Amino acid sequence: MSAREEVLSRVRQALGADRTPPEEVVRDYRLTDGRPAGDPALLELLVDRVEDYQATVLRCAPADVGATVRAALDQGLGSGWTAGDVVVAPGLAEDWRPAGCDVDDDRPAVQLADRAASVTAVAVAVAETGTLVLDGSPACGRRALSLLPDCLVCVVTADQVVGSVPEGLGRLDPLRPLTMVSGPSATSDIELQRVEGVHGPRTLLVVLAG
Amino acid sequence: MTATVPPKAPTFLGLPTAPRGVGHLRGDQSFPDAARGALRDGQLRANLGHATSTIRGKRAKVVDELPDWAQLREAGRALKAATMARLDDHLEELERQVTARGGVVHWARDANEANEIVTRLVQATGTSEVVKVKSMATQEIGLNEALEAAGLDVFETDLAELIVQLGEDKPSHILVPAIHKNRAEIREIFARTIPGVDPDLTDDPRQLAMAARTHLRERFLRARVAVSGANFAVAETGTLTVVESEGNGRMCLTLPETLITVMGIEKVVPTWRDLEVFLQLLPRSSTGERMNPYTSTWAGVTPGDGPQEFHLVLLDNGRTAVLADEVGREALHCIRCSACLNVCPVYERAGGHSYGSVYPGPIGAVLSPMLTGVEDNASLPFASSLCGACYDVCPVAIDIPSILVHLRAEHVEAVARDRERPTAEAVAFRGLAKVMSHPRLWHLAQRASRLGRLIARGKPTLPNALPPPVSGWTRSRDLPTPPRETFVESWVREHGS
Amino acid sequence: MKVALFATCLVDTLTPSVARATATLLQRLGHEVVVPPGQSCCGQMHVNTGYRREAVPIVANHVRAFAGAEAIVAPSGSCVASIHHQQAAVARRAGEHRLADEAEELAGRTYELSQFLVDVLGVTDVGAYYPHRVTYHPTCHSLRLLKVGDRPYQLLRAVRGLELVELPGAEQCCGFGGTFAVKNADTSTAMLTDKMANVLGTHAEVCTAGDASCLMHIGGGLSRLRAGTRTVHLAEILASTEEAVTPDQQTRPAVSA
Ligand code: SF4
Repeated sequence: MSAREEVLSRVRQALGADRTPPEEVVRDYRLTDGRPAGDPALLELLVDRVEDYQATVLRCAPADVGATVRAALDQGLGSGWTAGDVVVAPGLAEDWRPAGCDVDDDRPAVQLADRAASVTAVAVAVAETGTLVLDGSPACGRRALSLLPDCLVCVVTADQVVGSVPEGLGRLDPLRPLTMVSGPSATSDIELQRVEGVHGPRTLLVVLAG
Repeated sequence: MTATVPPKAPTFLGLPTAPRGVGHLRGDQSFPDAARGALRDGQLRANLGHATSTIRGKRAKVVDELPDWAQLREAGRALKAATMARLDDHLEELERQVTARGGVVHWARDANEANEIVTRLVQATGTSEVVKVKSMATQEIGLNEALEAAGLDVFETDLAELIVQLGEDKPSHILVPAIHKNRAEIREIFARTIPGVDPDLTDDPRQLAMAARTHLRERFLRARVAVSGANFAVAETGTLTVVESEGNGRMCLTLPETLITVMGIEKVVPTWRDLEVFLQLLPRSSTGERMNPYTSTWAGVTPGDGPQEFHLVLLDNGRTAVLADEVGREALHCIRCSACLNVCPVYERAGGHSYGSVYPGPIGAVLSPMLTGVEDNASLPFASSLCGACYDVCPVAIDIPSILVHLRAEHVEAVARDRERPTAEAVAFRGLAKVMSHPRLWHLAQRASRLGRLIARGKPTLPNALPPPVSGWTRSRDLPTPPRETFVESWVREHGS
Repeated sequence: MKVALFATCLVDTLTPSVARATATLLQRLGHEVVVPPGQSCCGQMHVNTGYRREAVPIVANHVRAFAGAEAIVAPSGSCVASIHHQQAAVARRAGEHRLADEAEELAGRTYELSQFLVDVLGVTDVGAYYPHRVTYHPTCHSLRLLKVGDRPYQLLRAVRGLELVELPGAEQCCGFGGTFAVKNADTSTAMLTDKMANVLGTHAEVCTAGDASCLMHIGGGLSRLRAGTRTVHLAEILASTEEAVTPDQQTRPAVSA
């Protein structure tokens, strides 16, 4: 018997011939937050939760995203940065990109480690947990893009902000490679004390438009 | 790992358990013996007390924040129970979906088979270095030792795993394997073992984390094969999930050309929607955060993004034996959050190493004996005061105390089956049962206990020097001298019966 | 109400004053107390040590002894929890379905003392007087299995003269755990040491609880240390009045108020 056949037959043996039918799962937890996506109170909540992770949020009008991304990079890299320090997702809106910056292409992923900062969009943001989700689309970029540069700038638009985890997951495509980001990389491995910044980007800046 | 290795492969309820001689599920000492040493280590107790009380406080705060925690917990429990009831179907569906998206699925009956599969897959890539994301399943099967025996270099990349690996130590906690070490001890390990480390390294946790970052950065960038575990695998879509904090997981899941994921068969969940429950329960219960810094999901292979070769190894290694136990199968619902360890008064004092298995604490005390067969870990079900704190915090409501009590009986009954003559304890308990079920005998026995008054010689407590097993009590606690008359006796004397 | 008192094997044999105090208290509140003479043990120690088959005749004896009782009260959260959560289960596993049904039915009429007082009799002020500084240890099975909640605190707060002081780390297990205290004596003692440190830190004269077993463990440790603080069962405190500090209280506070 192959290992596959054997493991499956052990499962069947363990469960017995007259196995108990699966029980009904009641989903009476909160499926929605009750507030529509982009509700001003949700934006406030998102800011509060993201900042709680020691990340920085910059809010702006939808028309000012480009300038605010540059301001975020000033904060993350210091004002002396140049366009060559920054690599952006290939599908990032033209007017959100710093002029002359590097656009990610099909170069070997490890080369992205040479860049100081990256800029991406997000697919959805969950206010209650302060979570941004990147879904590998052209606007969010491939996974390595939001991983290797030490400073990550994510642009979130108001309509992408939902209240709860169930609402957030409901908007995502599970067949895409997803990265859920809640603050900068961190560890609690030393005396269970949280330290921000290990292998992933040590600085996370969120530009919230709207 | 055991002192004597009998030829017969162990079974539990008729199904093969995790084999002996491989992996880390069996200790070489019984729990009371191992704990005795740990209890003498004041530094260890201080480290554990400090760390577990910190995390308990954080967990309580973020759990209280959710108005629907009880509903989420019940949904989590029910989802796991429903999944187990159709585990075969879900595994086959998972295999279909992963395969359809360009992954290759392997099945492993046990630790040896899983180790062989992974070793073969790594060797096929022609590389000699493997980076690893922290994973309980690969710890359980002793994968690092197997890879090293094949001449491969294995690098643990999780900070705590790195501390354990560099310190040539063993993990003592599910989530924070180096919880037994404090910052000063970690600084010492890093200063001694990391080549080229800054000699002025202090014990500031931030500095220590940065030293690990520098040490591993280059390894990540040149790695061609990574090995990971999985927190969840969604059957309907073939989506794998790894929940982590540091970004070492993302490095391993994203940069190498080949990714090999080893996953216990119980980690499957039926639908994508089910993650809306578990991704709320897990981070709040484990690190006490609203959400962990990074959660990565992937389905098979994505052209142009991440590893272009993906292998999923589905591991039994005793899990089907656990599934066969109608009381104990609930232990397979565990999402490895470690909340039960952090609240356990026994774990907090005896430490993780006393359990002898990669799964310590309350969940380890039930899971390890079932994975190996109870007789290979017979002292673990007794390593609990049955205080019930573990059940209260468990995000999927595993009734650990009831499983502990059940396994104690499984052990007692196995001993009764295997031995020609009953143990002294069995004789005593059987005799006592007879006495306690016959009031006349019971009253006689109570009267006999008054003999204790003779040795007490009028003192309110009995002398300390009594033979075992009573000495286990009297070494640290006085025993009251039995009274002249029992309550029932005196009541009957006064009121008639 | 006619109340059948289940003394529990440990109290009956080693600390009868606790059962006596329970009877005195219930009588003072105007209830008739009966003590079925055929009682012995609930079977918990056997079940929790792995002798679940051997426990079945003990359960049968318990059911026989209390058959027909209107309400059963025991001064032990742990034994009542076993009656509620274990008795029927071990009988059913042994194929004794009738016994299981009877045990279940009996469990429905079995109460831990503080729950009986507060929920069934509806009293929190039982007219007690106890002029001492007291701290309360919420024993694990009362706390987590029976969920007695703040009932013991309500009762203690209503006792005249009693000064109730909060116990730090109250919800941590004292380390008793039945045969755990012997099989894992070192770990049990380490837990006890921390519990005693917390008790002594309150400067209470008395540490009380609803379980005589845990009190025997904590009290045994305190006595070994020759600490001034004693353990006294909740029933004994509630039975005390101006006229009589619980008639047979053996565990009289060392330091008088
Ligand atoms: S048993 Fe429950 S509390 Fe313990 S690690 Fe598993 S899921 Fe967490």
